[in-house]
Amino acid sequence: MKRIPAPKDQQPDSFAFTAENIEKAQKIIAKYPPRRQASAVMPLLDMAQRQHQNWLPQAAMNMVAEMLEMPRIRVYEVATFYTMYNLAPVGQHFVQVCTTTPCWLRGSDDVVAACKNKLGIGLGETTGDGKFTVIEVECLGACVNAPMVQINDDYYEDLTAESTEALLDALSKGEKPKVGSQSGRHASEPIGGPTTLRAFMGDG
Amino acid sequence: MLKDEDRIFTNLYGYQDFGLEAARKRGDWDNTKAILEKGPDAVIDEIKASGLRGRGGAGFPTGLKWSFMPKESDGKPTYLVVNADEGEPGTCKDREMMRHDPHKLVEGCLIAGFAMRASAAYIYIRGEFFVEANNLEAAVQQAYDACLIGPDACGSGYSFDVFVHRGAGAYICGEETALIESLEGKKGQPRLKPPFPAGVGVWGRPTTVNNVESIAVAPTIIRRGADWFAGLGRENNTGTKVFCISGHVEKPCNVEEEMSIPLRELIEIHAGGVRGGWDNLLAIIPGGSSVRMLPKSICDTVLMDFDSLSAEKSGLGTAAVIVMDKSTDLIRAIARLSQFYAHESCGQCTPCREGAGWMWRVMERLATGNADVSEIDMLLEVSTQIEGHTICALGDAAAWPIQGLMNHFRPMVEERIMDYKDKEPAAAQ
Repeated sequence: MKRIPAPKDQQPDSFAFTAENIEKAQKIIAKYPPRRQASAVMPLLDMAQRQHQNWLPQAAMNMVAEMLEMPRIRVYEVATFYTMYNLAPVGQHFVQVCTTTPCWLRGSDDVVAACKNKLGIGLGETTGDGKFTVIEVECLGACVNAPMVQINDDYYEDLTAESTEALLDALSKGEKPKVGSQSGRHASEPIGGPTTLRAFMGDG
Repeated sequence: MLKDEDRIFTNLYGYQDFGLEAARKRGDWDNTKAILEKGPDAVIDEIKASGLRGRGGAGFPTGLKWSFMPKESDGKPTYLVVNADEGEPGTCKDREMMRHDPHKLVEGCLIAGFAMRASAAYIYIRGEFFVEANNLEAAVQQAYDACLIGPDACGSGYSFDVFVHRGAGAYICGEETALIESLEGKKGQPRLKPPFPAGVGVWGRPTTVNNVESIAVAPTIIRRGADWFAGLGRENNTGTKVFCISGHVEKPCNVEEEMSIPLRELIEIHAGGVRGGWDNLLAIIPGGSSVRMLPKSICDTVLMDFDSLSAEKSGLGTAAVIVMDKSTDLIRAIARLSQFYAHESCGQCTPCREGAGWMWRVMERLATGNADVSEIDMLLEVSTQIEGHTICALGDAAAWPIQGLMNHFRPMVEERIMDYKDKEPAAAQ
């Protein structure tokens, strides 16, 4: 997906953290040594994005620059370098389909097709009602549970075309589908039960 | 097969709670004070004797790395940085350790940090791992609340802090100096070495960057002794390793096994075998996307360790085994990896920034066959111009999958070009 900042008419004039987030920001800044507050730029941008419907307007970057006493350009550099900062509005459910080789070998093409089929949009597009954005992403690090998608903060794994459509259906109805494996697996053990550590399957 | 009693990550699959109480029942934080009382040098010596080599890909001896940190304090802080920016395609082991067994990592931070006389640890976790970061933060907080870390860690008088720092989606930050730049609040672009991080690292202070697994295994090694760990695997390739088996197997999974296990055994015991049987195997990428693939003939006998795989011009890397059966379009599989590297190049060095994209475009044409046979040699020639000519290893990592393909499957690539010419003589020049 091309990462182009939202045009001027979509950019809010100003941005301010909520009181609660200002308090959180102070705690984050305190994690780093004195005068090294620039280290907090990534968590603060993330917090701003979370406060602003999952996208990061320029006004928020400016505010973070001011808060951390950084030149604005340094914050813009960070915001545009890292792919998790959305520079333009995205749908309420931000669907990131992993299509890197390990997922591709297990059928990520079917997952992409299911998204297109169900939502009527291609990669990099948002549905007319603003509910869904679908993008293609690089390896999300859940390769033994491939293919998988990340929707907002959650991973949905071991997908097929059918389970992908069911997942999108559920989200579209406002339900909260079960996170993780969609094939009934607990985590990353072999399907059907682990070959090791069976004694650790209980409560311990 | 490794016995369960020799497995370190007993909650790898998360059947039990990740929290402190359950972790203690599994043996974590058991009289950690006694370990600290041995002194930093004794801890480093034990890790050296265990033969532990870094689990993040390069395989550098961990104890030796720790010993590069300054022994005499100049009164200013030094740091342990844990590389939890797991993103090498095929690799998903650190994720399981952090969401299901985070106390192993937190305790490891204390012990490793103590051994290298660091004042704090920063765990840099990839941004997409949101749930994992939450579990890890919760474990860190539990450790603070129980005074296991903090101003008087485990009652030892040693002061040590642990912080979690989330990334925001950049594969390159898995490179240690890019990670340091990112931790300082900048774009993740690698630094030239020297100076090495042990001299000048994060915020200009001596720093050691280690993979999650390298740190998380340390407490168990110290408790059970270097001899135990060194007794597993082969000489120079000791211990246990968490393998990630993905792709065309019946049961993809993560599993902790003994180092040097035969690749075929690993797949057949734990992953239910190759889809359609071992004879249906085409090729395997044995150590994450950056290492060269192996054809079946080598997979038949190769051992999963550093030396055995590098002897085959591949590598153990992160021990992420990507299996491809005979239905696989290998050229397309590698072209997709080329796309990955082109996407993830940080843009700093010209050979990688321009070359990775160029190689991807050529690979896309080779995947359809719309190319000339002479372009294969040109592609290989260009790959050697990228490899070794960039600040970090991403340029190498972009080149190696293509070299692996051509080393072992060049006739397949040539055949596709011929087929294309036969089918579309007008389109082919």
